Amino acid sequence: MSLNYTKKTVEHFLHPKNIGEIKNADAVADIGNMVCGDQLSFSLKVKDGRVADIKFLSFGCASNIATASIMTERVKGMTLEEAKNYKWQETVDELGGLPQQKIHCSILASEGLKKVIEEYEKKQIDK
Amino acid sequence: MKIYLDNSATTRLDPRVLADMKPYLTGEYGNASSIHYMGQNNNLVLEAARDKIAKILGAPARGIVFTSGASESNNLIIKGVMFANSEKGKHLIVSAIEHPCVLQSARQLIKHGFELDIAPVTEAGLIDLVALEKLIRPYTVLVSIMAVNNEIGTIADLKTIAKLVHDKGAYFHSDIVQSIPYLDINIEDLGLDFASLSAHKFYGPKGVGIAYLNPKIKIEPLIAGGEQENGTRAGTYNLPGIVGFAKSLELVYQEKTEHINKVKELRDYMWERIKTEIPEVYLNGSLSKRTPNNLNILFARIEGEAILMDLSMKGICVSTGSACSAHNLKTSYVLQAIGLTLDNLNSNIRFTLGKFNNKKEIDYTVDALKKTVTRLRKFTPIKK
Repeated sequence: MSLNYTKKTVEHFLHPKNIGEIKNADAVADIGNMVCGDQLSFSLKVKDGRVADIKFLSFGCASNIATASIMTERVKGMTLEEAKNYKWQETVDELGGLPQQKIHCSILASEGLKKVIEEYEKKQIDK
Repeated sequence: MKIYLDNSATTRLDPRVLADMKPYLTGEYGNASSIHYMGQNNNLVLEAARDKIAKILGAPARGIVFTSGASESNNLIIKGVMFANSEKGKHLIVSAIEHPCVLQSARQLIKHGFELDIAPVTEAGLIDLVALEKLIRPYTVLVSIMAVNNEIGTIADLKTIAKLVHDKGAYFHSDIVQSIPYLDINIEDLGLDFASLSAHKFYGPKGVGIAYLNPKIKIEPLIAGGEQENGTRAGTYNLPGIVGFAKSLELVYQEKTEHINKVKELRDYMWERIKTEIPEVYLNGSLSKRTPNNLNILFARIEGEAILMDLSMKGICVSTGSACSAHNLKTSYVLQAIGLTLDNLNSNIRFTLGKFNNKKEIDYTVDALKKTVTRLRKFTPIKK
């Protein structure tokens, strides 16, 4: 099996950005992949309709950690609408590609991002 | 630093084995089936290797068939025996923790009208003999139980199982690929009708193995089209490989005591350090009934592929049964069979030691492992 990660993926695996939980987060969301068992937990801080801060926790493989790391880096400062539309392909491209069987990791990260933003939006409506 | 702790995947070729192989890769390249002197000289070398292997394994030389490795041997035996003996019955049994090449060969037979039962194992990873006995029917042709499991190193009591199977009138096959030199393999004494081996698991070359076939039992060839091995397995003899197989088997048994003592001391030292210095670790499978080279450890709340990759970046080679590391994204069926719960199935690392490892490497590995586990547990979403 070919499982060669790019240098950038390895770098984000070894030194992931935005690790942890935001205190007093505006929204939190957990997401898991039923097939491979990976889990991500996102916390989000919103200011003026933009992603002010986002952090994550991971139970997952190197590419699960790396994809969440680079994705959270990229969406910081984006409007919620832009962030929601951030495509998993962009994550893959940013990392310089992922092994075929690891593409689903980037999809999980995108789904988690969407989920935490929707959690936030739901709260705004409830208010 | 390059540290290899994946000796159940494959081993480093012993330089003495390579030295014995070299002449047949260079000057003595004759085809051992050719009738000129270059062929016939090599035919003598081939038969001497076969005799040597047969003697070490306690089997008649005419029962030893050379193959490309244990995967081929297992395919040949499972399918070849079932096809050739279908007038005896169409039922076979394999254990739940067999290597995929045994399980898949057995499953392929279902399409051809054969019936398959899977023999369960206990939480310790050992064959449930009571359950096995109940599965054997009057028309069961073959039972296949591996000697040593490749993931957790647990050992099957082959002699007892062989007797049970024979008493019920079936044939017995064992994939013994992980047992060398940890078990004393005497094929006739153990009562094996069929056995499979690969040289690269015991410091021999890759791409060569044997199938032991009881000469009294019929078998259908898998690879047809040549007179080699009395028509049982066609294909030009891999003489360098065969010479390497014989030499590596000879050496590993000659040096068995020293080898086992060394590996066991390192393994026990490693497990002692891990379980005292790293919290939330558990050993998968029985400690007492496993080969002394194997540790399969559950690191709770963190993912196996991430542990493997983190160690790999530090130069350490191990393996994992985590779904993320598998091409099909499926977790280890062996760990499932011994009762690991869903939330623990992706958190396991296999360390398999070999004769070339030393204490310094083990210390380096445990020190690295402590850092890896601490780092990954810092950001796991799974609470204690």
